[in-house]
This record gives sequence, C-alpha cells and structure tokens, in this order.
Amino acid sequence: MSESLKVPTMAEFMAQGKQPEVLFWVGCAGSFDDRAKKITKAFVKLLNKANVEFAVLGTEESCTGDPAKRSGNEFLFQMQAVTNIEVLNAYEVKKIVTACPHCFNTIKNEYPELGGTYEVMHHTQFLKTLLDEGRLTIEGGQFKGKRITFHDPCYLGRANNVYEAPRDLIQKLEAELVEMKNCKRNGLCCGAGGAQMFKEPEKGDKDVNVERTEQALDVKPEIIAAGCPFCNTMMTDGVKAKEKEGDVAVMDIAELIANAQDL
Amino acid sequence: MQYIPNVLFAVILIAGIGFFVKNVKKLARNIKLGRNVDVSDNKSQRWKNMAMIALGQSKMVRRPVAGVLHAIVYIGFIIINIEVLEIIIDGLLGTHRIFASIGSLYGILIGAFEILAVLVFVSVILFWIRRNIIKMKRFWKSEMTSWPKNDANYILYFEMVLMTLFLIMNATDVHFQAMNSGNVISQVIATWFSGLSEGTLHIIERGAWWVHIVGILIFLNYLYYSKHLHILLAFPNTYYGKVKPKGQLDNLEAVTNEVKMMMDPNVDPFAAPAEDTGTEGEEMPAKFGASDVQDLNWLQLLNAYTCTECGRCTSECPANQTGKKLSPRKIMMDTRDRLEEVGKNIDANKGAFKEDGKQLLDDYITKEELWACTSCNACTEACPVSIDPLSIILDMRRYLVMEQSAAPVELNNMMTNIENNGAPWPYNQMDRLNWKDE
Repeated sequence: MSESLKVPTMAEFMAQGKQPEVLFWVGCAGSFDDRAKKITKAFVKLLNKANVEFAVLGTEESCTGDPAKRSGNEFLFQMQAVTNIEVLNAYEVKKIVTACPHCFNTIKNEYPELGGTYEVMHHTQFLKTLLDEGRLTIEGGQFKGKRITFHDPCYLGRANNVYEAPRDLIQKLEAELVEMKNCKRNGLCCGAGGAQMFKEPEKGDKDVNVERTEQALDVKPEIIAAGCPFCNTMMTDGVKAKEKEGDVAVMDIAELIANAQDL
Repeated sequence: MQYIPNVLFAVILIAGIGFFVKNVKKLARNIKLGRNVDVSDNKSQRWKNMAMIALGQSKMVRRPVAGVLHAIVYIGFIIINIEVLEIIIDGLLGTHRIFASIGSLYGILIGAFEILAVLVFVSVILFWIRRNIIKMKRFWKSEMTSWPKNDANYILYFEMVLMTLFLIMNATDVHFQAMNSGNVISQVIATWFSGLSEGTLHIIERGAWWVHIVGILIFLNYLYYSKHLHILLAFPNTYYGKVKPKGQLDNLEAVTNEVKMMMDPNVDPFAAPAEDTGTEGEEMPAKFGASDVQDLNWLQLLNAYTCTECGRCTSECPANQTGKKLSPRKIMMDTRDRLEEVGKNIDANKGAFKEDGKQLLDDYITKEELWACTSCNACTEACPVSIDPLSIILDMRRYLVMEQSAAPVELNNMMTNIENNGAPWPYNQMDRLNWKDE
C-alpha cells in the first residue's frame, strides 16, 4: 500500500519549475516516530485522495526549534529557525500545512519576526477547507455512531484558538462527540509540551498524561481523538497505564478520516 | 475653635493621601527596575482588553460564584465612592450631607448605596466562609502561608467594618432619618438605637463618620502592602497584558543579532569586536534570561504587583494538579517578594542596590519548579487580570540554559540532537523521508 503514496519534494517541484499548492511540514515526530509516521501517512493519503498538489521538504526539513526554545535555548532555536526560513524562502513557500501543533505554532507565530512569513494551517484546518470546498468527502464508515472524545492540544487550542476545525471533522464522521470535563480553553495538557516530552517529569503524585487519560476515560469513549503527535503518544501511554488499550483507541483525526474510507 | 474638626480632617486627609502617593512612587520605581519592553502596539485591542477584562470582569465570571460575589463587591466599591466624595467635602467644609440639596436623586443614590453596602457585606461574609470554613483547596496551597492568608482575611474584615460603619452612620443620623428618603436599610437599623438620646445618637453618628473615613484612608494605604493592590493595578495590567497569540514566545533580539552574524558569510571572523556604541539601538543585555528581578521586564514586575493570589492559575496548572512543586501563583508571589526586598535594599542604601547575596532563582524559585512547566498556558488563560507567569518561567529557563548550561541531562541530549541532526531524537536528517517507503 505504501507504493500508492505520492510524496513529491520541493526539490522535485522546483526542478519542474512548478510551485505546489501547499508545503506539508512533516515535523520530527511525523518523520521519525513510529506511531506518528502513521499519522503522516494517513494525512498524505487524504491529500492524494483530494488531489492536492503538495510537497514536502524531505531531507531539507529540520526541527523548527520548538523544544529548544521552550526549554530556554534561544540560540539553538534561532539557529534552527533562521536555517529553516532560508530554505522555505528559497523555495518561495507561501502556504504550509502541518500535523504538529508545535511546528504550527512556531512557524506561524515565531518565524515572522525572524523573516519567515507564511500562511500556516494545522492539518485539521486544512482538511476542513478541503471539505468545505468539496474537494474531500468524509464518511462515517466504521466510526459511525462511535463515542469519540477530542483532546485539545494546548498549542492548537489555547495557544492559537483553534477549537472548532477538529470538532467539525469528528462530527462529519457521524460520530458522537463527547466532551471531557476540561475541554477547549480549559483543556488539560497531555504533559508533553514545553519540551517535557524529552525528559522525565518532576516528582509528583502522578503523571499529567495519566490524569488527562482519566478525564478522557470518565466520559467512556471508544476513541480518544488527538490532533498532535505528542498528545497521541502521551494519551496512548496513559491508556496503557490504565490497562484500557483493548477498549479505547487513541487516533489522530487524519487517521480517523482516512480509516473511515479504507484509504 | 469651631474649625478644629475641619483642620483636623484636612490634616488626616493630606497625610493619608500623601503617604499613599509616596508609596505609589516607590511602587513605580520598583516596577521600573525591570528591563524595558515595547508595548506601544495594538492600542485598540489593549483598550478593549482593559474594558472587557478589568472594567467588565469578563474573566472573573468564568467561575460564576466567585465572579458574581466579586462583581457585587466591585460595583459597591466604585459606586460608594460618590458617598466618600460627599464625606470628604463635608469634612473639609464643615457641611453636613452637602449632596442632600440635589433633592430626590439624593434619596435614590443613598438608597442604592445602602443596598449595595448590605450586598457587599453579605458577599464578603461568603468570601470569608469559602476561605476559612469551606477551605477551598486553592486558598490552602503550600504558598498560602501566614501573611498571604491573613492578608486576605484582613481585607475582608476591613470591608465588613467599613460597610457596617456606613450603615450605622446613616441609621444614627437623626436629620437624615427625618428626611425619610433613601434610608431603605438604615431605617431598620435605626430602631436598634431607638432608646438613645439625640445627644448620644449624635456622638455615635460622628464616631461612625470619622472612623469610616479614617478607615478608608487606612485601607487605601494598606493597599501597597497587600494583594488588594489589584484594585488599582488590574487596569494597567490588562492594558499592557499580552495581545499576541498565547503560544507566541518572544524572540530574544540580542540573540537574533548574534545568530545573524554567525550565519552571515560576509562577516569577518577575525574582526575586532565592534565598539559598544549602541549603534544597533539595542544594547546587549548583561546576561541572557533572568536570575533576578532586575533581569525581568517591567511588565513582568507589574504582573507581580497585580497578582491577587486567587490561585486560579495554580488550580488549572497541570503540573500542580498532579502534585508537582510548580505553582504559577507562587512564581508571581516570589517575584513580588523579591522585588520588595530589592526595593527595601535600595531605600536602605540611599538609592543604590547593594549586593545582598540573594536572587530570585534558587533563593525563591527552585529549578524543580521551573522545569515542571509544560508551557500549556492554562495559567495565563485562567488569570482574571492577564498575568503571564509563563514568561517569567521561560526567562528563568533561558538563564539556566544559556548562562549556566544547567538544563536537565535529558534536555541537553535533546538539544545536542537538534544541533547535530535537526531533530530532538538521534536520527539522521538524511532519513527524514524514509517513512514514505516503509
């Protein structure tokens, strides 16, 4: 099935003297993390299905610098940012879509001051526009009537006020969207932000992802939907810690939509 | 002789206001110890924020019980000031209820004040019960030690006493009761004093009047030492508060200049460092990030003085909820405490800060607290007055990483990976597209 994936690079587009409609910024998790790679592929399948002319940077992509900045290494962050901006500007990129809210936030909000101004969309926002423009159809399929709860990624929700696009997509699956005790602007962090993903948590009563998973399990969902590769990992770990992995799946919204159509 | 009360009143008023102004100046000086920060942008959005958040209490009512009670006390505070104005004029001129001449409107006004006074009194009692009887969790966190806890109660007692005095003052005012207009509450209370002679009533009325206005002046001066300062600072704080997206952290300009130089192929690596003429407009900071209050910017220091210690930030903080040491409220309280200490140091040393061997980092805020933050912005979303504890946490992390290289080992590994491989994990950048064919 991997043969069917069309993933052109910016370099290829440039060689043909063409410009894609949008650059898909894959991100480090989406490129290297085994779980997140599945999200990347699901999103690419949807892009292919909707005939979106997109490109990736491939080996020319590098970390946006988000975890470096949030752990206080402003030098490393800006080195990464300036390098990435040089690549993006050389390709005259105008529009970027990414499945990682951390990449989304950094490129959208922190790159402009450093010389990189682009239209940046989270993949749920982009899928929503494809849907609204009639380029993509969404079917419920296996998810019809399923109880799905959505975990708001901090860097999509509170950080950038994107709450509705992911929810609209879930509802298009004809699923039953149930909200957790803490949702939208009051959403509880998965525990991975601010570079916490890369270190052991400080001592406490429990881990943040377990607390959040408990909130999710309280509403008895069949699926916990996520919109961030890091949230996905944290919630998956939380579900495992609660020994519920047989009953509750953690899936990205792109995966839900792609799987519903057996892509 | 007949002018003695007026003169005495004027002296007390001038002393009260004078002492307050002196402290406000000290407050402004302390806040200005911070670095400069440009907040001249987005003026219309800023005015809107101030109108909605400070004046309109829009974020207070997100917790409806506290929100409604707070709104009552707040409206009461603002409106009763008309009465305070009358007291001040009467006190200075020796008149009695000078506004009574405006006719029936006076009755309506006083009636409104009396009803508000009762509502404020009841709200304050409920606030006291929430703190001391129900012991709501956020008021009993570890940083709510003796002073923060007592401060909150003193404020409530002050308000109870002031409202009571106001009503007694009205109830024992024989002439006012005789007017029979606007005394909706005090006419009931007046019956409690019915057995007393007119002379005694007059003494009680004058006593309540004097203690009320002197109490207000004392309360005014109490503000500087108290979290109650928020009633003034909430306005500038919401005006200057963050207008950028919550996820957007500032890019350190000094670092940008360095990075640009490093990346510029035309820069002569052997050139002598440029004279420090400040040609770039921005002077190079003495250090990166913040280890003490002077390294923070004045907005962060204003934040610290504005904090009401309500703990909404801490109760929403995922790290705090799961038992970690981080409490955004404590970050703000520590910053204020240290700033006060620095201010006192400056006062004691004739205007110059004398090194005291202490700093905000370690002596107040520990590394453990700083590293527990997930930068999720729950605290900034929860704050009813636009305080940004995250910006202080980030500046202190910057100091730890860029000045001290004191990041946790795992984070150092992550940073090394980014530096070498362009990813936080040890994978080769050339393998970035491998997922396509897997």
